[in-house]
Order: sequence, then C-alpha cells, then structure tokens
Amino acid sequence: MPIPINDTLGIFADNIRIRKSVLPIAERKVTDWTKGLKIPAGGDTILYTGQMYQLVPIINSMSHQMAKYENSWITKYFGIGRWLNRFINLSAFMAHSDPIEQAAYDGKLRNITLLLRSAGIEFGYLYEKDFYSGALAYDEGLDQAVETQANLVYQTLKSANVKRLITVDPHTTKMMRTVFPKIIPEFNIKVQSYLEVLADRKIKPLKQIDLDVTIHDSCIYARHEGMIEPPRLLLRQIGIRIQEAELSGKITQCCGGPLESLFPTKATNIAKKRIVELSDCAGEIVTMCPLCMANLKRVSPGRKITIRDISDYLVQSYCPTTSKNPGKGKKID
Amino acid sequence: MLKVDNEFIEQLKVGKDFNASACLNCGSCTALCPLDIELLPRRLFRYVLMGAKKKVLENTNSIYSCMLCKMCEDNCPAEVHIVENVRSLRSYINRNVYRLEKDSPVKKSRSKINHANTYK
Repeated sequence: MPIPINDTLGIFADNIRIRKSVLPIAERKVTDWTKGLKIPAGGDTILYTGQMYQLVPIINSMSHQMAKYENSWITKYFGIGRWLNRFINLSAFMAHSDPIEQAAYDGKLRNITLLLRSAGIEFGYLYEKDFYSGALAYDEGLDQAVETQANLVYQTLKSANVKRLITVDPHTTKMMRTVFPKIIPEFNIKVQSYLEVLADRKIKPLKQIDLDVTIHDSCIYARHEGMIEPPRLLLRQIGIRIQEAELSGKITQCCGGPLESLFPTKATNIAKKRIVELSDCAGEIVTMCPLCMANLKRVSPGRKITIRDISDYLVQSYCPTTSKNPGKGKKID
Repeated sequence: MLKVDNEFIEQLKVGKDFNASACLNCGSCTALCPLDIELLPRRLFRYVLMGAKKKVLENTNSIYSCMLCKMCEDNCPAEVHIVENVRSLRSYINRNVYRLEKDSPVKKSRSKINHANTYK
C-alpha cells in the first residue's frame, strides 16, 4: 500500500498547528549553528533560515523511514499515527539526525554568516523565533496551516521591527518574497537571498580557485524566483569554471525532492536521472538548496562525484581563512 | 459514463483566474514533465473544466505527484497557470475530501490565498 496521502498531510497540518513546523525540531537544533558567531539578536536586517538547513538531517532520517514504510503493512496504521501525533511529537521518535550530518548542514549557515560579514553586511538573527516558513505545507495545498504559520511569522517579524530579510534557501525565499505578500497584504518586508545580497554588494574575492563545477539550479530559484545569474557571477569571480548541464538555468531539471514525503521511490528515481545528467558534465556538482543537496546525495553513493553546497566554495575565496569573524559589518542599502 | 458536477469549479474557489481553459492541448507540458505522467496537466485540467469531479479524484496520486517544478508552465505557449492550478486542486482535496483542516484554529470558510495569483 502506498504512503497514505491524507494521514501524512494530516500530520503535517497538525504539526504546524500544534508545533509550528511540519517536522518539529528542538529549539537547540535550530540555533546550534550560531555558537561562537556572536550574531546580535534582532535588528533591522535579519538572517532568516526558516530552519531549512537545520531540518535536512531530520528530513533525511524521515525519508529513509518513509521509503521503508512505502508499500508495507505499516501504512495501514498511519491513521493511528496521526491521532497519536496530536499528543506526542512522533517525528521525535521516528527520525534521528546524525550529529556529523547536522554539523555539516549547520556549517553552511556558518559559511553564509562569514560571507555576509565579509561583504560588510550588518545583520541580526531571531534565534528561537527563527520559525519555519510553511514551505512544504504550502506546496501540498494545506492553506489554513500556511495562513496560520504566515501570520505567526509576520507578527514575530513586525514585533521585532524587522525591515529586511536575508534568506538562505530557495523555498524560504519564495515563501517570504512571493507567497507571504499574497496572504498578508500589508507584508512590506524586503526579502533577498544571501546570493543576491553578495552579488549586489560586489563582494571581492581574496583568492582564486582553480576548479570546474557543474551547477544544479534549484527549480524554485531558477523558475519560480527567476534567480539564475547571482550564483554564477559569484563562482566565476573566484576563478571557478562553470560547466552547464544540458538542462540548467531556466530549464533546470528537478531533483525529485518535493516527492520525498509522499512518494519516496519516485523521488529516488528522479534524483537518479538527474545525477546522471549532472555527472555527464565535468567537475564537482554545486547545489544551492539543502533539499536538492540531500536528495542528490542520497543517490550518489557508488558514483565518483562530489556534491557540495555553493557556500562551501564561496567561503574559501571571499572570507579570510584565519578569521572566523572578519569584523563588524555595515548596514545594508 | 462521465458524471458532471456543475458545482465542482465553484467549490475549487479559483474563480475567473483559473485559466485552464486557455490550454491549447498542444502537449508541451506532458512532453516536458520529468515524471512522464500523461495525465498532467492538460487532461487533468480538461476534467476540471468539464466538472468531471469523480475523474479528477480518481487521479489523486498524480495530483500529489506533481513536483511543482514549473518546467511545463514556463514553456506553456498559452501561459496556463499550471503550478498554481495543481496546488489549488490539492487544496480542494485537502479541504473537501480529506477534511484535513477542519480542526484548524483558523475559523474561516475560505482561504485568503488567491490560488491563481500566488506565483510570479
């Protein structure tokens, strides 16, 4: 029996209503990445993660479970699971993040912090109020849950007098920039991805990297948000040679990530197809979405390929190697 | 036999902006779909426009399989709002078939989300 759509989405909707996220994680896991970075709390300009990078290790663990459940007898009991989940957070029992993987994804957020500081950007962070944006719930058509979450996030941002958001992943960028203003007409917070911010600020490289890479564009950045050039500009500036896959930029191919929770086998098949296309090009594979990276990495064992987040390359060139805190930034224009 | 439900489109609450009727049936979307699902989206939208509710609901798995990757929409010569229309169908099913959001603390009969305009 396939994964029951109604019960799975019901758990997502209940989780948002009760626990403010489709896949609730401990507050500590949301903010662990900030340790030692001394990011000010609050401010006009906020680095808003929407918990996406922090969630990936849990999503990976959950996807692994869902793949085992798909077409098994356990799916008959998803209804009971949904009922139970209203009282206890089942994902805390079902999914466990690997600490090494968690540290690796947290590292991308640290990279982004260092990059923004190197570009002279002054920004704060909301810590325990860095809420999930509702991206998956929105895609699955859980409109009431999304409205509830959007109002929570917006009220939090307004209470903190936030005027600008710097986002770190495509899903949160789209939610905050394109979806929230449709739900909340008075939404007037400027939203930019950190890649757009770095490109706009004309960040200067400190060293060149001699490397060929193939970019895997996120569907959300490339087609929904029309953001194709900033990551290329930032990579080219540091000497990296970009090999374009046959399907890239505006016609990029999906990684299969959106199907992970309801159709794990289909998600794997799409990812396998995509990884072959990317492997046909030279060099390492660069992603700019934590979900793309996770889904492609899941099908990469046994293949001689390297998949890395774009921030891993950028931080090597745009940030001083010895300093973890290149100094206080300036207010963003 | 195809049973037509005249209230189906009204229940979808997509109003005049639901533009599946602009579809030329050219098949570009189906050819480009990475999932190779023949139903998505042109045949599905035709069922919706006809009010063939039962046919639409028979294809729930396909509706939720769409990755919303927008490859089809970006290449649609008729500029059909494919992604948002598919998302609207999910919203309809969640509300009216799965009854997922009946316990929501948001006591509203109608979502504020304007289905056909929530994209660039």
